[in-house]
Amino acid sequence: MAAYEIEIILNRQLADCLSIPVFITDTLGNLIFYNEPAEKVLGKRFEETGEMPVEEWSTIFNPLDEDGKPLSPGELPLVKTLRDEFPYHKSFKIESLKGEWQNISVTSYPIISREGKFLGAVAIFWKIKQHEN
Amino acid sequence: MKIKLWGVRGSIPTTGPDTECYGGNTSCVTVSHNDYVLVLDGGTGIRQLTGNYYPENKRVDILLTHLHLDHIQGLGFFSPLFDESKEIHIWGPASSSQSLFSRLSRYLSPPLFPVLLRDLPCKLQLHEIGNSDFETGPFRIQSNYIIHPGPTVGYRVTGKQAVFTFIPDHEPSLGNKGMIKEKKWVSGFDLAREADLLLHDAQFTQQEYQLRKGWGHSSIDDACLFASLAEVKKILLSHHDPSHTDAFLDDMFASFKKNAGSMPPAILAKEGLEIDMS
Repeated sequence: MAAYEIEIILNRQLADCLSIPVFITDTLGNLIFYNEPAEKVLGKRFEETGEMPVEEWSTIFNPLDEDGKPLSPGELPLVKTLRDEFPYHKSFKIESLKGEWQNISVTSYPIISREGKFLGAVAIFWKIKQHEN
Repeated sequence: MKIKLWGVRGSIPTTGPDTECYGGNTSCVTVSHNDYVLVLDGGTGIRQLTGNYYPENKRVDILLTHLHLDHIQGLGFFSPLFDESKEIHIWGPASSSQSLFSRLSRYLSPPLFPVLLRDLPCKLQLHEIGNSDFETGPFRIQSNYIIHPGPTVGYRVTGKQAVFTFIPDHEPSLGNKGMIKEKKWVSGFDLAREADLLLHDAQFTQQEYQLRKGWGHSSIDDACLFASLAEVKKILLSHHDPSHTDAFLDDMFASFKKNAGSMPPAILAKEGLEIDMS
């Protein structure tokens, strides 16, 4: 397999320096990297899982909107970014691995190369503190 | 296929008795096959090429890795540019905002240089490249963007008998934990994969690199790690730091070799060195 473009590699290197959960996908939504803070969200270590097909990792969350209704995949920022190649942001709830519900915000952005080519997407999870609710 | 090094110094020309052995001219290398010559980078080393360039060759191809001054400073002193019978093709990395012509003109225009790029007498053609494949003369060329500040590419030159990879400025270890040791996550890997000869940035000692992360260059250790991951057959360590004298480079290389594990054969790039890859 050919090496990833440097825009993808640099996004991974940046994610590796951050204390907030970051997920990087290819253009199809396959998870090609997640950093250590994201490992806590997924409950899996990247070193153990390696890359994950979209079908595998997308079922881990049970996202609900602010009214507690299930969110369809098409409403999730990362899915929208993969579809439209635009950045998106949304706040919603997910069920943690311990079965607790957490309010989070997700910001996603497309990785568009210097040549204008769509290479993948990044999703950053922000845990909303209680006083912000 | 022959490789000749005309300039292997990084950052700024550094001439003097302390750099006599490895040379003080900045980046320029030629790759030739019979009478066809490909020029890689236009640092001050290209000036020496002026008198040595095949005068009967009508077409000249200059492949620039990027537009930092140490890679273009010699262009204005390369005589074929002032010869109206010559067809000059300059290949360089595309930027997302400005044309190659506009960026090159920043240097080849007053007050930095007396002659405007557009006024050069030769027949000039500029080619903007990125992750590209193209052919020129007997060579097949692959270029890929690599990690270095600003648009920068490396080149993989495939000739009839051998593959030469040219990555004089490169920081594949940029990041919290250094180089990711999975091949598909290594900047420049596709360019260097199993090349017969790799010329690579090795500007710093490992200690110096710790203080210069993000400057776009490699330590000698990382250059050899990169070569090892890419399974190249031989590596030329280049882009010598201007503060590194001949004696320092010899000591640095000896000290590195003493502690290095298994890696491809490595030598320090030296101005004037010729390698026959036939």
